[in-house]
Amino acid sequence: MYKYNQFDKQFVQKRNVQFRDQINRRLNGALTEEEFKPLRLMNGLYLQLHAYMLRVAIPYGSLNSIQMNALATISKRWDKGYGHFTTRQNIQFNWPKLSDVANILDMLAKVNMHAIQTSGNTIRNVTADHFAGAAADEIEDPRPYAELIRQWSTDHPEFQFLPRKFKIALSGSPKDRAVTRAHDIGLRMIKQQGSIGFEVTVGGGLGRTPMIGKVIRAFVGSKELLAYIEAIVSVWNLLGRRDNKYKSRIKITVHEHGIEKIRELVDARFELLRKNFKGQDQRLLEEIRTYFAPPLFKTEAINTFLERYQLDQSFRDWTDTNTHKHRVESYSIVSISLKFPGDTPGDASADQMRKIADIAKKYGHDEIRVSHEQNIILPHVHKNDLPAVQRELKSVNLATANIGLISDIIACPGMDYCTLATAQSIPVAKEIANKFKSKKTAWNIGKMKIKISGCINACGHHHVGNIGILGLERNGIENYQITLGGDATETATIGNRVGPGFSAKEILPAIDQIVTTYLHLREEKSETFLQTYNRIGLTPFKRALYPETPNRKQKL
Amino acid sequence: MTANVIVTDDGFLKETWHSQIISNFDVNRSKETLAIDVMSDCNPNDILIAPNLRMIRVNFVDFSDGRGFTLARIIRLLGFSGRLRAKGELISDQYSMARRSGFDEVEITAALAKRQPEEHWLYRADGWQDNDYQNRLRAP
Repeated sequence: MYKYNQFDKQFVQKRNVQFRDQINRRLNGALTEEEFKPLRLMNGLYLQLHAYMLRVAIPYGSLNSIQMNALATISKRWDKGYGHFTTRQNIQFNWPKLSDVANILDMLAKVNMHAIQTSGNTIRNVTADHFAGAAADEIEDPRPYAELIRQWSTDHPEFQFLPRKFKIALSGSPKDRAVTRAHDIGLRMIKQQGSIGFEVTVGGGLGRTPMIGKVIRAFVGSKELLAYIEAIVSVWNLLGRRDNKYKSRIKITVHEHGIEKIRELVDARFELLRKNFKGQDQRLLEEIRTYFAPPLFKTEAINTFLERYQLDQSFRDWTDTNTHKHRVESYSIVSISLKFPGDTPGDASADQMRKIADIAKKYGHDEIRVSHEQNIILPHVHKNDLPAVQRELKSVNLATANIGLISDIIACPGMDYCTLATAQSIPVAKEIANKFKSKKTAWNIGKMKIKISGCINACGHHHVGNIGILGLERNGIENYQITLGGDATETATIGNRVGPGFSAKEILPAIDQIVTTYLHLREEKSETFLQTYNRIGLTPFKRALYPETPNRKQKL
Repeated sequence: MTANVIVTDDGFLKETWHSQIISNFDVNRSKETLAIDVMSDCNPNDILIAPNLRMIRVNFVDFSDGRGFTLARIIRLLGFSGRLRAKGELISDQYSMARRSGFDEVEITAALAKRQPEEHWLYRADGWQDNDYQNRLRAP
């Protein structure tokens, strides 16, 4: 785990003092509301539907028990006793008072955390594979690079008033678990002749105009990484549109000018910028790397685990769904589901956060990760400790065995919290999860990613859900559009709209119909929904969903 | 007082540049020109940096439009070592960003100087080089 050095500490403390001062100057009129807004946003403070919302960064999704406990304390002391983990490895507190915010930030600083650049037209929290440092299929831990990028992007003087927000994600594995292709910059690690570098994609993004990122350079050596991504942001800062916020993201800049032109401009800018990095960044990277050294893994045989696995059905179910292959044979990566059917996806109570911290400390080498799928990960658990972990998780209702299954749904906060939302998304997620909560049904359906957004901005990643649901409003009535075939992995694909939308009452039967159709048409039980869809296409699902009106115009 | 104020590391000053500043695109602009005005949205390749040029003034379209910061950085990287000034409705919180991007000073209106007095600017001018990640990453 990265630990703040004196420099980081002083920076965050000073930044908090400055923000307090900005709040005061807003109150005494020296700053207008218009001037104050970007300042509060670049410190993570939103104005939501009912109250302020503070979005705290969990850089590349990594935290330890002390930090998790601090989040629990904040939720108890200054909020309503829970927090919401988001799809970009942040946690949101939905009900803080403006007068408490500076105190919350001070508490975060004490545990090496902040809310800087979690909002506004800035480079946002850098995200990474939630299995980083643990996955068996990884080339190298991407987090040292992510931390270097965090430092580079933090308070970057040129990039605090960008055309729009800018998101960067990294993956250290050929398996893309960080949705890199749906980011403004996606970095996929590659090893070439023994040296580490990244394939750089640019212009990915969801929202109103979903785009899969395009490769701008097939290989950028790790020494040139900062200069190269700085060149991209520098080019976009001057070229990106500022006349229309829906056309200002870099995906539109790339679309309007073409990837060849952008590549040419970036290459020229890169030549200008690279001489500025004279080697200190590489020495810092080496220092950062030491913080991410793997823990001392235990070497005992896994007899206890095997015995329990044979005997205990519920343990076996949970292990089969909620653990993932670790690079060390006797270890597992554990996913803690924040998707108990009927609860809000991604929400955790203070008690749950404390329990997770406790378990991580006792059984997980004190490491915790937050996934973009709104679950919590314990990256290093010895298999013999799995029974105890499951037992302890059960005590706070966190042992739901549904990772990767139909009830493991991503959903944005929707109209329950968000000012931008046009429809509810949480209640839809709850309905679907409840409908398919029986183990038999869920296991029979198998791997399934349902993703729900409550508006066009697509915070719920609906475009890359196997089944995507987008809640809109038509004449005051909620209307849900369904897309099929989306894929968030290394084979990233935007889903296709199946037809006219459904009302809030019709959406659950429609999802049920899609699932039934899939179960009918799959060739064998091992063929996943996505595989079946890729084989048979949209038509059979269309027929099943719109039987009486085969010629109904698809005007939506 | 209605004249513009020049903000420097030492606080508010009266105008210290007394010769003409003309637009980069003015027909009379030549290699001999001493000071030019450019808009923050101009293409850096369109700026002629001749040896005689002593000052470039970058006019910010709006405080929330950060193009001027990147433009300043590029102007510096292209080799301009003269006086680089930001002009427009910048706010005091942006002073350190301006300095770190390569500007020497900021020119603001009297009205803004009244609403955001000298002490606010000095607060961000004081130690603007401290705790700068960029500086740290770019050290030799």
